[in-house]
Amino acid sequence: MPHEEQVPIWYFIGGILAVYGVLILGSGLYELASPPPPEARVALYDLHADIWWGALMIVFGSFYCIRFRPSRVVAESTSQAETPGTAQP
Amino acid sequence: MSSVTLFAASRAPLISMGRLDVLIIAIYFVVVLGIGFYLKKYVSTGDDFFMAGRKMTAWIAGLSFISANLSSLETMGWSAMAYQYGMLGAHAYWSGAVPAILFLAIVMMPFYYICRTHSVPGYLKLRFGTPTSALAGISFAMLTVLVSGASMFAMAKILHLLLGWNMDVSIWVASLTVAIYVTLGGLVSAVFNEVLQYFLIWFGSLLIPILGLIDAGGWSGMVDKIQRNVPVIHPTVGDANFTSLWRNLGSFDANPMGIDWFGIIFGLGLAVGFGYWCTDFLQVQRVIVAKDLRSAQNGTIIGAVLKMMVPIIVTLPGLLGLAVLLQPDGSPMVLVSEADPRANITHHTYNDVLPLLMGKYLGPGLLGLGITAMIAGFMSGMAGNASAFATVWTYDVYRLLIRRNASDQHYLWMGRWCALLGIMMSVGTAYALFYFSNILEFLLVLIFFFIVPLFGVVILGMLWKRATPTGAFVGFLTAILASMAMWFFVHTFPEGHRPHASVSLDPGAVARVEKTGEGDAEVVQRLTIESGTVRTVNVPIAAAGASGKSADLTLDEAIELPATVDENGKVEAVRLLAPAVVLADTNQPDKFGLEGVPVTLSPGVRLVAADVVQMFNPAEFNTAHAKYLARSERAKPIAVNLYSAAWTLLICVTVLVGVSLFTEPKPESELRDLVIGLTPIPDDGPRPWHTSPWLWATLVMIALVALNWLFW
Repeated sequence: MPHEEQVPIWYFIGGILAVYGVLILGSGLYELASPPPPEARVALYDLHADIWWGALMIVFGSFYCIRFRPSRVVAESTSQAETPGTAQP
Repeated sequence: MSSVTLFAASRAPLISMGRLDVLIIAIYFVVVLGIGFYLKKYVSTGDDFFMAGRKMTAWIAGLSFISANLSSLETMGWSAMAYQYGMLGAHAYWSGAVPAILFLAIVMMPFYYICRTHSVPGYLKLRFGTPTSALAGISFAMLTVLVSGASMFAMAKILHLLLGWNMDVSIWVASLTVAIYVTLGGLVSAVFNEVLQYFLIWFGSLLIPILGLIDAGGWSGMVDKIQRNVPVIHPTVGDANFTSLWRNLGSFDANPMGIDWFGIIFGLGLAVGFGYWCTDFLQVQRVIVAKDLRSAQNGTIIGAVLKMMVPIIVTLPGLLGLAVLLQPDGSPMVLVSEADPRANITHHTYNDVLPLLMGKYLGPGLLGLGITAMIAGFMSGMAGNASAFATVWTYDVYRLLIRRNASDQHYLWMGRWCALLGIMMSVGTAYALFYFSNILEFLLVLIFFFIVPLFGVVILGMLWKRATPTGAFVGFLTAILASMAMWFFVHTFPEGHRPHASVSLDPGAVARVEKTGEGDAEVVQRLTIESGTVRTVNVPIAAAGASGKSADLTLDEAIELPATVDENGKVEAVRLLAPAVVLADTNQPDKFGLEGVPVTLSPGVRLVAADVVQMFNPAEFNTAHAKYLARSERAKPIAVNLYSAAWTLLICVTVLVGVSLFTEPKPESELRDLVIGLTPIPDDGPRPWHTSPWLWATLVMIALVALNWLFW
């Protein structure tokens, strides 16, 4: 939502996805180090989906956090306000 | 004598979560509440609260537009549909949504946007006057609350069945959270959470089709497994084609949905699809608040693209359920419908297909993310309903009929209270459903009663300047009544409907089970009830004091209930359900279901037998009546509903046109910016060619045709 002082929604989304990514990746690495007993494992356990999915979430979330960090958005919006005719993002 | 065990019972919740999963859910609640408090300072006017300040970009509008519809009922429900109907489930998206969304973007959005309406009833007020608008506003407000309550009840029930959570706690925690963030931030808050939910749903759900396809051996492996398993899972339609989109729609019995191409195109695609996506205010509100017309149109087209992709996380898991959900012995797991008496007692239901796959593939953390996505879907659906209710009630009922000229601050105050009131009314509806859960199905059909005629009125209002206020009101009301009449007609049984012969044991009954064989070869030969209460429906009773199939007595001597009954020359196996019994041999509690097994009732057992004949049953279709609506006795319920929707639209348009030809239209001066030909599209200045809505709508249409061809 483009409000001059408002933190963009993408920043919140990036933040929560990055935090979830860290938790899921951490859990995956812990399970890699000390595997649960076979009867407690999910199907396709050997693919370690939590590790690569957690890593993907960290990359995605970090990109959004950096791209839409409040300081950068405020700077962009100030520069557009000073340049008449500049298209809105 | 043949007797069949129906299924081993499962006592534990479907999914068990660890501490990490709970932490992930807790983080979600903290974030959404934090967003609500954060956004409060940006909501100071009615326009901020109801219309998010009309400042949304195309991407946010498009994501919110789709997300408001992508609730957990949607993801779980349409996964269940795909499990039940195969690839035909994708029609909900590719036939029933994308064409309608593109139509909304290109044809209807200019009218909604240029007239600066707050809502769809608001457009009707400008175009046809108060009576039509008030009918639409009041109906919509009531329906919103009822549907939100139904969604809340469904959420509590699902979380209870899946996770063992207390239903009261689920309802109150979710509704209070939604109440706080919607009351504080209005539509802005609802939209923020919808966009957030969209990402959570994709990250929480996309792994299931990825891992499922790996497990099934790719697409061709999945198709092979489906063909092998379907005769076991769906024996009544074992020969039907489950993996085609159009090839099997030539006749009613060539596909598991019991429908033909006419019903899909005109019922789903035209009546329901266009009705829902073009005139349901909950959806339209998300895009008419964009910052300019081009953003509103492009946001809607972005929504079409996103909608086109949803089958990946909805239809595909349903198909995978047919292929990879297996019993420990390798045989296919059989799920049943919610209406089946065995549902949630001895069998998992179609709605469980997605949670079952989550439990199968998702480990700690990922499971929490999946559950969070599910809860987020429920809550954003509630928030969407609450914000739409507040807008329609405040602007289209309160301001129109009760207080016309109050200050903006007064309407803002009213909107906040309405959001809170809407949520509390939804909670009331949810609790009503505890006692009247069979009206849930009726509530969902209610949407069709209202939305389809509404589309007929709005589209003729936009495209035909001769449409008159009287014609609109009469056409709208007639079509609503006709839609209800059709629904009653197909559920009415003038000859009487006899429910399936069944026996149920009250909780605490003591039963002795006689079995032969071991393990998977185990077969129940006889069941003896030693004490407790037994209830029967339409089962002949051979006991002193009983009259035919009716009785209410305590037995003096042992009697036997038959394994089968003869109903109009058709032999029907008696179904027995024991949801909470005590086994006489072990004194342990148990639950099970049986079919076609003789039952002995010992002396001292209380027997309550009923001979039931119904003239009306909302859960059963009278095929003799349905054939007049859906062209065939072989049409299944979903086909009858879709055909009814098509007839409703036709009735609405016919009556509206007929009455308009004999009544006075509004002068053209009052129709500016409301009707085609009288609505100049504003020039939004030079824009790059690649932002043209026509270009993107054409590309999306080409992609849609390609998908239909690919899965023909």
